Amino acid sequence: MTLRQAQGPEESEPHGTVTVDEVLLSAELAGGEGVAASADVAEYALWLGDDALILSQQLGAWISRAPELEEDVALGNIALDLLGHARSLLRYAGTWDGRTEDDLAYFRDEPDWRTAWLFQQPNGDFAHTIARQLAASCFQFELYTALQRSSDATLAAIAAKSVREVEYHRDHAVQWTLRLADGTDESRRRMVTAVTDVWPYVDELFRDEPLVERLAQDAPGAAVRPSALRSGFDGVIAAVFAECGLEVPALPPSSAGGRHGIHFPSMGYLLAEMQVLARQHPGATW
Amino acid sequence: MVSGATAWDIAASVHDPEIPVLSIADLGVLRDVRDDGDAVTVTITPTYSGCPAMDTIRDDLVLALTAAGFARVDVRTVLAPAWTTDWITPHGREALAAFGIAPPGPVTARSGPIPLRLSVKCPRCGSLDTRELARFGSTSCKALYQCRSCDEPFDHFKAH
Repeated sequence: MTLRQAQGPEESEPHGTVTVDEVLLSAELAGGEGVAASADVAEYALWLGDDALILSQQLGAWISRAPELEEDVALGNIALDLLGHARSLLRYAGTWDGRTEDDLAYFRDEPDWRTAWLFQQPNGDFAHTIARQLAASCFQFELYTALQRSSDATLAAIAAKSVREVEYHRDHAVQWTLRLADGTDESRRRMVTAVTDVWPYVDELFRDEPLVERLAQDAPGAAVRPSALRSGFDGVIAAVFAECGLEVPALPPSSAGGRHGIHFPSMGYLLAEMQVLARQHPGATW
Repeated sequence: MVSGATAWDIAASVHDPEIPVLSIADLGVLRDVRDDGDAVTVTITPTYSGCPAMDTIRDDLVLALTAAGFARVDVRTVLAPAWTTDWITPHGREALAAFGIAPPGPVTARSGPIPLRLSVKCPRCGSLDTRELARFGSTSCKALYQCRSCDEPFDHFKAH
């Protein structure tokens, strides 16, 4: 036997080389040999994967409809990154009970989804999509930055991969927020309206649900405590808003309920569109 | 059994389907190759999470190694350590520039939400007077630039 390895530019990561694909990224082998997620870690992976997948699906609807060609490309690229994150996270979630990423994406009914309401907010006009992107990417950036140090090697590897991409998404959202808020009277009016409409759904992202408490007990360091991400998020938003004269709306947070399977009214329609092909033609490939 | 070229050389001959001047070894996505006689195990890593080229690269690896006589080819994907553009070899950078894609500079540590970047050299005329038209380009790994000296638009493999 001979083994030849590529020489990387960096020192090795704390977890060394984490093989995800062989046991986790391969649909046929999900739940097979190797590291399988516990029920609670799988549920946590589902939270993050469901956020990413629903946002990806929504952004895909902008392609050919964005304000300019470059935006078609940008939103398509962001959607593709998010789809990649979702696939890794859903595959890992599926190792608990042997479901594949496709089982989880296409054959779960609405109450079984764990997407936070922010990600379910409709695309609206371009300003609404940007306001949602700003909140989502700033949240995911703080989340994956912290999750890189997870005691769960698979979550840490997915986070380390994802955070570099989410940084682009955040940059994109910040630039558009500044441009719309500092642009014409009309663009500013729309941006203010969008932030007002989207912001009640920010609070849910930072709630420490019972799952987080259980994980803190049973798998210390595996998950990131959502409430711990709030100050980093608020700091970035404050800096961006100060730059363009926007204010955080003084509105009560939505009760939301995505982590418990209670969803925004648009969610059912979104799932119907996303799942119809796989359900009407099981096993279809093209 | 396989004779002649090593399994690594055969795997390294597979090229990125979207940037055909780059072999997967030059791109830095080929992590290791284990030759067990009749069987070979190739480990690759994705550039970007959703990169659709990975499926094609996987298929091309299986085809190339099967054609070379290996009875069993396993292609595995690892995520850590995460790929960065620093994994692209010097030869790969030259190939990119010759192909008209400005190669990435070194990956710099970023500290704030507004990153600072070095100017990108135009692959056609060599000018440093260039501007970013769009940070998201024709593939996940590229941004669209334009040269102010020769006016030509060009792709830049962004430092990542």
